[in-house]
Amino acid sequence: MTTWDLDAAFAALADPTRRAILARLAKGEATVTELAEPFDMTQPAISQHLKVLEDAGLVTGRVDGAKRPRRVAEAGIEALDQWLAMLRKALEKNYDRLDEVLASMEQTRKKRGDKR
Amino acid sequence: MSKLALKTEGDAHVIVTRRFAAPPEAVYRAHNDPRLIQKWLLGPEGWTMPVCINEAKPGGKIRYEWTDNNGHGFYLTGEYLELEPYSRIVHVERMHLPEPTPDNHIETRFDADGTGTAMTMRMTLPDAQTRTAMLATGMERGMEASYARLEAMI
Repeated sequence: MTTWDLDAAFAALADPTRRAILARLAKGEATVTELAEPFDMTQPAISQHLKVLEDAGLVTGRVDGAKRPRRVAEAGIEALDQWLAMLRKALEKNYDRLDEVLASMEQTRKKRGDKR
Repeated sequence: MSKLALKTEGDAHVIVTRRFAAPPEAVYRAHNDPRLIQKWLLGPEGWTMPVCINEAKPGGKIRYEWTDNNGHGFYLTGEYLELEPYSRIVHVERMHLPEPTPDNHIETRFDADGTGTAMTMRMTLPDAQTRTAMLATGMERGMEASYARLEAMI
């Protein structure tokens, strides 16, 4: 993905409904009708979200008669991966800080001459 | 080199594992002593936790309030279900954004691993959609940190 695409991808993912749609499509193809039901939204509302996801290159579709099932595009899979990687990073930051807290607890214990 | 592992299990679980150099007693204490929690459970750079309530007993309340010191903030509430010093904690928690998110049921184990500790957190969310939403929220916070780092580099 280019930097430009990444911006569009992050903007598209800024909405919780679009993230949920992407997560649903990650499990397999779905039509607008199939997506509208679990999200309790109208089909035009879903179509609007799909357009943003498609413009960002995260979702793609194919023609199947009158239907147009959508699926996650390659870039969408990358975005989902990045999603988890970023959560991992935020958690890592916490635990790196915890390492320091634990080290200073150990220091304090040693200073007190606690032999435990 | 990352010591942290994060993975999903089944439809509604998230498993986080991490190793620490300190023994289980210290890691356990760092998870329920407010003065220690306020030093590390902060998320992205620049965030602080001005309010930290942690009553480490069954039925005890948990309340963490975070702020970016720039007008943004959110809080978490929870309750302890079980505590086994210094090996296991079971609690429920929810974020308030400000609407409360569905309960996240978390079992945290602290197992001795040589001179250190192997920690395993097993989160159970009500369903797959809630789990996705939770991971997405985590992504937002992670993204903020990434953007902040990016700004610092430019």
